Amino acid sequence: MTDRAPQASADTILPAGDPTPPVLAVKARSQWRDVWDQFRSHRGAMASLVFLIAMILFVLAGPLVWRLDPTALDIRNKDLRPIVNALWGAEKVSWAHPMGTDNLGRDLMAQIMQGGRISLAVGAAAMILSIVIGTFVGVIAGYFNRLDGLLMRLTDLFLALPLLPLLLVMMLLFRDPLRAAFGPEQGIFILIVAGIGITSWMHTARIVRGDVLALKEREYVLAARSIGTPSRRIITRHLLPNVLSPILVSATLGLATAIITESALSFLGLGFPPDFPTWGKILADSVPRMTAFPERVIWPGLAISLTVLAVNYIGDGLRDALDPRIRGL
Amino acid sequence: MKLKTILMGAAATLAFGQMAQAQTENPGGERGRDGALGIIYWQAPSILNAYLSGGTKDIEAASLVSEPLGRYDETGAPVPWLVDEIPTVENGGVAEDLTSITWKLTEGLLWSDGTPFTANDVKFTADYCMDPEGGCAQLAKFENVESVEVIDDLTVRVNFAGPTPNPYGPFMGNQSPIIQAAQFAECTGARAPECTDANFMPIGTGPFVVTDFRTNDVIQLEANPNYRDPSKPAFATVTFKGGGDAEAAGRAVMQTGEYDYAWNLQLAPDVIAAMAEGGVGTPITAFGTLVERIEMNLTNPSPDLPEGERSTPAHPHPYLTDARVREAMSIAIDRNLLVEVGYGEAGRATCNLVPAPEMFASDNTGCLTQDLERANALLDEAGWTDTNGNGVRDKDGIEMNVMFLSSTNAVRQDFQALIKDWWEQIGMAVELRNVDGSVFFGGDPGSPDTFQKFYADVEMYANNFDGTDPQAYLAAYTCDKIPGPDNGWQGENINRFCDPAYEALVAELGATADLAERGRIAKLMNDAVTKDSNVIVPLVDRGRVSAHANTLGGVILNTWDSELWNAADWYRIAE
Repeated sequence: MTDRAPQASADTILPAGDPTPPVLAVKARSQWRDVWDQFRSHRGAMASLVFLIAMILFVLAGPLVWRLDPTALDIRNKDLRPIVNALWGAEKVSWAHPMGTDNLGRDLMAQIMQGGRISLAVGAAAMILSIVIGTFVGVIAGYFNRLDGLLMRLTDLFLALPLLPLLLVMMLLFRDPLRAAFGPEQGIFILIVAGIGITSWMHTARIVRGDVLALKEREYVLAARSIGTPSRRIITRHLLPNVLSPILVSATLGLATAIITESALSFLGLGFPPDFPTWGKILADSVPRMTAFPERVIWPGLAISLTVLAVNYIGDGLRDALDPRIRGL
Repeated sequence: MKLKTILMGAAATLAFGQMAQAQTENPGGERGRDGALGIIYWQAPSILNAYLSGGTKDIEAASLVSEPLGRYDETGAPVPWLVDEIPTVENGGVAEDLTSITWKLTEGLLWSDGTPFTANDVKFTADYCMDPEGGCAQLAKFENVESVEVIDDLTVRVNFAGPTPNPYGPFMGNQSPIIQAAQFAECTGARAPECTDANFMPIGTGPFVVTDFRTNDVIQLEANPNYRDPSKPAFATVTFKGGGDAEAAGRAVMQTGEYDYAWNLQLAPDVIAAMAEGGVGTPITAFGTLVERIEMNLTNPSPDLPEGERSTPAHPHPYLTDARVREAMSIAIDRNLLVEVGYGEAGRATCNLVPAPEMFASDNTGCLTQDLERANALLDEAGWTDTNGNGVRDKDGIEMNVMFLSSTNAVRQDFQALIKDWWEQIGMAVELRNVDGSVFFGGDPGSPDTFQKFYADVEMYANNFDGTDPQAYLAAYTCDKIPGPDNGWQGENINRFCDPAYEALVAELGATADLAERGRIAKLMNDAVTKDSNVIVPLVDRGRVSAHANTLGGVILNTWDSELWNAADWYRIAE
C-alpha cells in the first residue's frame, strides 16, 4: 500500500494554475479528511463500501418496495426457478418471483431481504459487543500491570469455554424469561447477540493487550507520561488510535463468525423460530435440495460471503487509511 | 436414444431383480464372518433400557441386545423368539378363561455373560416395570397384569386380573424385552434411572453385546459369543451411529456408502428419489401404524407457572380444553396437501389414530376436507373473537397464542409452516419452535424440551404401536399415565387426557375376547380421542422409509416390531 501514498498526498499539493500564494493555499484539514482521502485510493475498499451500502439498502429499503411477505405460503407457485433460467429453457419461472420460490411457495427475494436484516443485525450487534469487551479488557490488561495476570487468566477461562454447550445452557436458562419480556424474536435476538458477543471477545483482547504492551514503552507515551498526562488520556489519545488496525481486522472477522454461529444455532433448533428467515437458516434449509435447486443455496450463500468479503476489504482499507506511516503525513 | 436408455434400464432392473432373488437367502457360515456392520439412526440413543425410554430410537437400539419372548414379523403375525411356540388357547398356553398365559422358554438359552436364561429373569422384568415407585415407560404393556409366577426354571405364567383376550402385552414385541435379574437387581423402583452401567450396557440374549456406549453419540457392539445359533450373527461388530439428520443418514447409505442401514428417512419424496440415484443403496417402504399427529395439551404450559406445575392437570389449558377450539384447529388443516408436500407415495391422509389393521381402523374421514369457514364459525361460537383489534382472537383477556413445538426435521418444519399459515387464517397467533430429535424424544426428565414435558400448547410427532393389537396403545390415554413431576415425567398420556367414559372403554376392551367386538370398541376409543374430542389430531398415515446398502442382505423392513428385529440374519452380499 505504501506505493500509493504519494498519489494520495498529491491532491494536498497546490494545483499548478492557482494564482494565490502557496503559503496560504494549504487550508487547515482535519485528520479524518486525510483518512477518507487515503481510503478512497483503496479501490477494493471503495467497491466493498459501495456494495455494503447497497446491501444494507437492499435489506432495509427493499421490503418497502418489494412488499411480499417472506413467510406467506403460495403452494401453487412452489419450486419456481429464478427468472434468469428463462434464458436457456422453458422452466417454471415467473416475474412475480424473480429469484424463485421454495418448496412451499415462499418468495426467495423477500426471504433474502428479511433474512439479511436479521443476519446483518445479529452480526453487527454481536461484533460490536465483542469488540467493546475485547478492547476494554485488552487495553486494561496491557496498560495496568497489576490487572494483567488476572484479566488474562479470565480470558483463558473464556477461551476454554466451549461455545455451543454454553449457548445451550444459556438458552435453557434465559429463553423463557426473555421471550416473556421481549417477545419470541426480540428475546432470541438479545440472547444470541449476548451469547456470541461474550464468547468471542477473547482473541481481540489478546491481540490488543500485546500491542498495548509494546506501545506503552514507546518514547511518545513515555513523554506524555512525563508531563503528567493521566492514564485515561494516554489510553484514548495515544494507545487506542494505534491499536485501531488490529481491532478493525478482528471486527471484520467477528462479523463473519457471528453470522455463521447464528445459522448453526438456528440449525440446531436453538435460534430463531423455524419460519423466521435468516441467511444462515435459508441456506441450511435448502441444502437437501441443493442439486435440484442450486439457486436456493447460491442466493443466501452469495449474500453471506460477499458481505463478509466486503467487510474484510473495508477493514483492510481502513487499516491502511488509519496508519499514519502509510498515509504519509 | 431415450428408448434405448429405457430398455437398458429395464434390462438392468430385471437382471438385478434376479440377482437379488438369488441372494435373499443367508448363505450361512461361521459367526462373525462378514466383519463390520454400520447402522445409522439420525436420532441418537440415550439409553439402552426400553423400560426407561419412550423413544423409538432407544427401544430399537436396545433390540439388538435385549429380546422379548415373542416378536411380530413383517406381516404382523407373532413369531416365537425365546420360546418354542407362541402360547394360544388351542395349544393350551392360554387358559380357557383367558386369565393367564404360560410361556415355556426354549431350553439352553444363555445370557451374553454365559449364565443361563431362566423364568426368574422374566418374572423380574415384570416386577421391574410394574414397580409402583418406578416410572416405567412401557407400563401400558403390563396393563391388567396381576402377578407373574415362576412355575419352574423354564416355565413362567402371567396371571391377569380378569379375562384378557389379548394376553400378548407383556414380553411380546420390542417394547417389552427381558432384562437380566442379576444385573438389574439393585435397580428397581426409584433407583432405576441411577443404574447407569446397567442401563447403558445391558446384558441380553440378542445377537450383539455392547462394548462401548457414548450417550447421544455412538454405540459399539460385537457379536454375542453365547448367541443361540452358532452361525449367527454374520457380523462380528456393529457400529451404531446416532445423531445428525435424516438427510445425512440417507446420503451416508445411498450415496457415499459409509453405513449399511439408515433408519426412518423422513425426507421429502423428491429428496429420497434423488439420493437413490447414488446407486449404493436402496430405499425400502412399508406401511404400518405410524401416524404423524398433532397432540393438544389440555394443561397449561405457561412459563409463568412454577416449575413442577407447568403442564400438569393442576392448571387446565385456557383455550384448548374447549372441544370446539380443537375441532376448529383440526378442520383448518388440509391433510392432502401435507401428504403431497411431505411424503408423496409414502404417506396417506388420515383422521385415525389407529389406521391399521383394518379390523381396528375406524372409517372416519370427516377431517379430510379442509373447511376454514366452519373453523372460523366454531371459534366465533365458542366466544373467541378479536375484541381488541390486534388480529388475534381473544376472550377474557386471554389471547389465542399457540406455541407449536416439533422435532428438527425438514418435513416437520414444512408442515409447521403450512399449519401455522392455516391457523393464522382462523385468527390465531402461532409461534413455531423446533428441538433436536435426540433431545425431544430423549425422555430426560432434566430437559424442558422433551415431548413428555410438553412445555408447549401443541406438538407434532409420529408414533405407532407394535404388534397388531392396539389395546396397549389406546390404553395409554388414561388418567394414571399422565407424565408429571411425581413419576419423573414418564407416561404415555402426552395430552393429559382424562375421561371416565374412556377409562370404562379401556376396561371393556380388556375384558372382551370376541375379535369383532374388540374391533368395535377399539374404533370407539379411536374416535373418542380423535373425531369426537380432537385431543389428538392425526395428519398423515406414514409409510416407513428406511434404506439399506445394496451389499446388505437379509433386511426385512418390519413396521410391527423393531426395524432391527432380524439383525441376526443380516449378512453381506458378496460382490
